[in-house]
Amino acid sequence: MSLLDIQNLSLSIHGIPVLKDVSMRVAPGRILGVIGESGSGKSMSAFSVMQLLPNGTSCSGKISLAGQDVLALSEPDLCRIRGRDVGMVFQEPMTALNPLQTIGAQVAETILVHENVSKSEAMVRAAEALRRAELPQDKFPLSRYPHELSGGQRQRVVIAMAIALRPKLLIADEPTTALDVTTQAQILELLKKLVSEDNMGLMLISHDLAVVADLADDLVIMKNGEVVEAGPADMVFRTMQHPYSKALLAASSHVPDREGLVQEKPLLKVQNVVRDYVTHTHGWWGKTVHFRAVNTVSFEIKKGESLGLVGESGCGKSTLTRAILGLEEVQSGEILFDGQPVFTHNHANLAVRRRMQVVFQDPYGSFNPRWKVERLITEPFHLLDNPPKGAERDRAIAEALESVGLTAEDRHKYIHEFSGGQRQRIAIARALIIKPDLIILDEAVSALDVSVRAQVLDLLADLSDRLDLTYLFISHDLSVVRSITDRVLVMKSGEIVEEGPTGAVFDAPKHDYTKQLVAAAPVLPADISAA
Amino acid sequence: MSVLFHSRTLLPGLFLSLVFVAAALISLVWVPYDTTVLNIANRMKLPSWEHWLGTDQFGRDILSMIMVGARTSIAVALVAVGIGMSVGVPLGLAAAARKGGWLDEVIMRANDLVFAFPSLLIAVMITAVFGASALNAIIAIGIFNIPVFARLTRGAALSLWNRDYILAARVAGKGPARISMEHILPNVANLLIVQGTIQFSLGILAEAGLSYVGLGAQPPTASWGRMLADSQTMISLAPHLALFPGLAILLTVLGLNLMGDGLRDLLDPKLRRARV
Repeated sequence: MSLLDIQNLSLSIHGIPVLKDVSMRVAPGRILGVIGESGSGKSMSAFSVMQLLPNGTSCSGKISLAGQDVLALSEPDLCRIRGRDVGMVFQEPMTALNPLQTIGAQVAETILVHENVSKSEAMVRAAEALRRAELPQDKFPLSRYPHELSGGQRQRVVIAMAIALRPKLLIADEPTTALDVTTQAQILELLKKLVSEDNMGLMLISHDLAVVADLADDLVIMKNGEVVEAGPADMVFRTMQHPYSKALLAASSHVPDREGLVQEKPLLKVQNVVRDYVTHTHGWWGKTVHFRAVNTVSFEIKKGESLGLVGESGCGKSTLTRAILGLEEVQSGEILFDGQPVFTHNHANLAVRRRMQVVFQDPYGSFNPRWKVERLITEPFHLLDNPPKGAERDRAIAEALESVGLTAEDRHKYIHEFSGGQRQRIAIARALIIKPDLIILDEAVSALDVSVRAQVLDLLADLSDRLDLTYLFISHDLSVVRSITDRVLVMKSGEIVEEGPTGAVFDAPKHDYTKQLVAAAPVLPADISAA
Repeated sequence: MSVLFHSRTLLPGLFLSLVFVAAALISLVWVPYDTTVLNIANRMKLPSWEHWLGTDQFGRDILSMIMVGARTSIAVALVAVGIGMSVGVPLGLAAAARKGGWLDEVIMRANDLVFAFPSLLIAVMITAVFGASALNAIIAIGIFNIPVFARLTRGAALSLWNRDYILAARVAGKGPARISMEHILPNVANLLIVQGTIQFSLGILAEAGLSYVGLGAQPPTASWGRMLADSQTMISLAPHLALFPGLAILLTVLGLNLMGDGLRDLLDPKLRRARV
């Protein structure tokens, strides 16, 4: 008997159809992976199980949870189900917890809402739930506050809240997307363990095929509110029918073609760079605490090369980027671009700066919402002494937009008229417009859907060949780094721990940390990705 | 335009505010009766066809007085908000651009200092030193608008400084002043407009308060606060003398606050998205 059975669920919000004829089932002790890109309706399907839907939603079809018809239940009955029969884990552990309450109180709250127990008893059970989420009491007492925990630990607290009442079904909506690779592996392991311990059903929602492939017993692939492929995981991977699922699989393991003509001449030289931050000052005259974000880092990028920089959050990648761009001064060491320092006399060296540009991670935050594309992409012209004007400027705009696969007419639009992938193309156009030698790609494809990511990677590969560009490719995603870089640096706690040709480093890592990273990275089963 | 009608407060607020602005504008060219001419024989008349809102203790037409008074109130509040914005906004932008630096400290501590004084007390002091007049009232109210705008601007600007597009502008070699003008100011403008309408209504209240204690506009300039003060001794004889200027203050302030609320909803992209 299945625990959750969704049959022919259709859902519309204010008359706009969101889900069409969606069916899926979860059996006790089994993991259902729901895969889809943004807007595919995967989260909406999950929220419909708990009936946590926006105003103006109407559902038809059947959702039965342990024999109960969810769609027929009243709001008070639904409240009894939420948290008790169905637990939920969210994507963003930073915002899923209340910063003003201790973790004990937050886990105990779920118990107090649903069961008539004393506060002290609820606390005992909260401690037990935290222990099962692998936050033992001797190290993580109930009195801890969320800000004292790391992202992965917070996600464990969220999981403890979800499993405190031993629900029959756990819904995890992109539970590891916001986490680092090694933490992601641990959280997935934990979820798997809890499923088998409690004989719970798990609905694991993700955009990442590789994450789900490791874990799920059954798979559902969604697109535009419809299920396009469903069945037991190993079978689905082997006998994929729908063109969309095939395209998705191909995109996940996509390797763009690059010629990569590397010249011997180093373009950027980073030598023994140290960057300290003052983290705490106690009052105006108090003691200051220093934090070393980058510790004696040295490396070179050769002209025409694509260099990867891999590391987890907080390892100093972004700080290093800012230092290379000359936005911040380094405390010791030097950064030379084509032989010239990037930072001189308290400000960035403009002669050098106009030869590098950067593309950021977030396609939504990297543009001023009140400007038109034309003005957005010409912003780097500010670096030039004689920025092009009139027809010459128009030509530069058209050229930049066309080289990233957009049209010259797009210059008159505002940024909200574009999708995430198109915005990232515009960000690349902005970087290209002053014809730089080096482009720093700071997690530039991390926020994109798999198929869009493959297109952007192709674009980057094509541009590097055509325009003789050098890339510094910063990412936490090993598969992306592997597909587009020649050489890779592995960074940990402000230091570079391993360096070498990308294939060699990932296939035969030497440093313990690199080994850990490579082992933790989710991969598609080898026989599938080769096909 | 249809968004205008989604807000339940914007339209009534806009209507009330416009009525008083219109009254002030009309009074520039025409009033029913001259407010500088006294007609003692015709004093304290109840509302009638000749005098819609009656006459005061000197026989002046109350409707005309309120129309001219609207001019004083609106002028004082408008200039005071103007002073607050034109000084406070650049200060706030500068403080945000130099967050944590000495400039930020100096600006914000100076703000705290101004905040720490009761505004009316300082206004009394200024008028005591420089004499009671509408101009001094404007300056006093204006000074107290500065920290309000400085704080608001700094707070909103700080969150914007963390955006990637600011970083992109810095990579394009733009300095803090230019980034503040090109990127920050347009994106905090909606907040400033909303706060502006609210400060505007507070300015009208403050002017009325100052005039009430005799420190604002001096006779023969008509002012709502003065009208209230002059009529209070006669409130049992002729309550309409106090009632109409009081209502004028109440309705203008209400209108401006409603409009501010409505504008906030209209200009906030998050709320706008939630409505659609």
